[in-house]
Amino acid sequence: MTAPAPKPAPASRAPDVAFIFKKALISALVALVLFSLMIGIRTEAGPAGQLIYWTRFGDLAAVVAAVFGGSIVMELLRQWWGPVGTIRIVPPSVQSALAVARRAIAPVLLIFTFLVPVIFYDQRYILDLGILVLTYVMLGWGLNVVVGLAGLLDLGYVAFYAVGAYSYALLATNFGLSFWVCLPLAGILAAFWGVLLGFPVLRLRGDYLAIVTLAFGEIIRLVIINWQSLTGGPNGVSGIPRPSFFGIPLTPGDDGLAAKLGIEFSPTHRIVFLFYLILALALLTNWVTIRLRRLPIGRAWEALREDEVACRALGINTTTTKLTAFATGAMFGGFAGAFFATRQGFISPESFTFQESALVLAIVVLGGMGSQLGVALAALTMIGGFELFRGLAQYRMLVFGVAMVLLMIWRPRGLIGHRAPTVFLKHSQAISSDLVKEGHG
Amino acid sequence: MSGKNILTIDHLSMRFGGIVAVNDLSFDAERRKITALIGPNGAGKTTVFNCITGFYKPTSGAMRVRHDDGREIQLERLNDFRISKLAKIARTFQNIRLFPGMTALENLMVAQHNALMRASGLTFLGLIGAPSWRTAEQRAIDLARLWLDRIGLLDRADDAAGNLPYGDQRRLEIARAMCTEPALLCLDEPAAGLNARESAGLSELLLSIRAEQGTSILLIEHDMSVVMEISDHVVVMDYGVKIAEGSPEDIRDDPKVIAAYLGVEDNEVAAVERELGL
Repeated sequence: MTAPAPKPAPASRAPDVAFIFKKALISALVALVLFSLMIGIRTEAGPAGQLIYWTRFGDLAAVVAAVFGGSIVMELLRQWWGPVGTIRIVPPSVQSALAVARRAIAPVLLIFTFLVPVIFYDQRYILDLGILVLTYVMLGWGLNVVVGLAGLLDLGYVAFYAVGAYSYALLATNFGLSFWVCLPLAGILAAFWGVLLGFPVLRLRGDYLAIVTLAFGEIIRLVIINWQSLTGGPNGVSGIPRPSFFGIPLTPGDDGLAAKLGIEFSPTHRIVFLFYLILALALLTNWVTIRLRRLPIGRAWEALREDEVACRALGINTTTTKLTAFATGAMFGGFAGAFFATRQGFISPESFTFQESALVLAIVVLGGMGSQLGVALAALTMIGGFELFRGLAQYRMLVFGVAMVLLMIWRPRGLIGHRAPTVFLKHSQAISSDLVKEGHG
Repeated sequence: MSGKNILTIDHLSMRFGGIVAVNDLSFDAERRKITALIGPNGAGKTTVFNCITGFYKPTSGAMRVRHDDGREIQLERLNDFRISKLAKIARTFQNIRLFPGMTALENLMVAQHNALMRASGLTFLGLIGAPSWRTAEQRAIDLARLWLDRIGLLDRADDAAGNLPYGDQRRLEIARAMCTEPALLCLDEPAAGLNARESAGLSELLLSIRAEQGTSILLIEHDMSVVMEISDHVVVMDYGVKIAEGSPEDIRDDPKVIAAYLGVEDNEVAAVERELGL
């Protein structure tokens, strides 16, 4: 796509009036055809079973007019804010201020996250929501290794989440192992399953890879449902031990943490502890991913996303590179799963449906593939925003859908669409998303 | 005698279904020399390259690499990535295959993957930031800087490879191949799309690579000015078979080669030759 030649803003917009009207007219026509039957005519079964229908041309006209007007507004908005490639009418001073804000956003967000349990100590709802958001941040960061860095589309990520959750649940309930022993085990087991999934899909690309990983996610869920003797089937596993503060339980009894510290017991202590636990796990994921990107393995992942043939010509073993990406992503999924199990105290296969995979993938894509900050922002928007609109009841999904469509118009490559180089000689400059490949699967 | 040739191709054949792309081809590439593989479009040159670098498994025939230390490696038994690793053969592509979303420097760092992987203790030493890893990484950056300097791209080291002009991308791909520290460098039409000045610069770069690194070069090229200027030995292919072999001067006058390229009557050859400056 060639970028339009830069012209003075008024000149470029003046001849567009006819174009905007034409576009709005076409949208209105399509709406008229669509809604003439859906809204224009109302049918019902009469008392004797006969067909009763009446027309609602007034409503139809209102809807078509709304589409016409909305189309004009949308087009104007596009002209002013502009999607990628159009001229922006933002003064340079505002742009530089935005650049400063952009650099400050990550530290500010991190400090705020640390303070959440202090600020909202009394609000259990916010703390629970914070834990939920952080869980998805961690899952997003884990999947980001596979999808964002290595460019392998994985639709079955929830399988590793499930493996981690069931590993902890079963090891803890059957053998009485503590959370801190089970956490690495859950990660290792999930990584193992990641490698197992990796082997058959090594030769697949794109759509085929997506479908096989989707199937893998379903297989794990179906095995969990049907292997009743081990997993309890649809009844799930209950009575999963709560995490302890390195051996000291968070209970009201004499040997609890509150009694040992000499403070009054409160159930909020456990929530705050869980909040900092998932925050630590998420930050560990982030730290490891950032480190890995600067190591040869991380560069090989990104090179694999850019051009697999060139990788092979340079002597990179693409098999092990893909497998390590799957294993690393799966390991973080497994950690998150173990945390999920200890937080809930009860897990069942219902928590690990395809919906979860899709949600995590949406977070990664929305955030900007490969961008750590983008994924965190996207998780906050998706999970937090979803809760924010709870008051809208059945219109919640509608608002959500519209928000997604708008975001994809303005930021087709995600919230943070550029790539930061892993190494530089003089100065690090962000690479535009037009150049960065999305991977071949 | 046995140490003279770095690459020996023995009765190589490659069939795709009913099509015989390469038919019973044999030639040698001498150590520290530039061997050019030329021929009209569709002669099977790139197929030969893909066989040598392991992207295709040949239908029959043998390909041997003999290193300075006397090690001999049968290429047809190796996977593509092992050919770069063990046989020390690096290649470039006819249509440039850089990593466009990575910087020029990062491209050269990826090329040193195997050495860096060892230095980073299969990632684990690197993850904890061991000092041995840090020095290895700095060495890798220095090597990349050296090559960026040699291809004149030091100023653009931090630019995305996809943003570089075409000629720079060609040179960067050669530098990337050289960062794997190969014994044999296979270049698939390195001068394609370059202007006369850039072609001359390319010839200089290749001669300096041969002189300073001692790397043997195998070259597919259509730009005869480059081939005639730098090649020590020329192999001409047409329809999958070798039709001539020899020094650039011999090839220039070979009637079979002229016929393959120009397809003209013998009495017109001299006129056409003069016109093309051959």
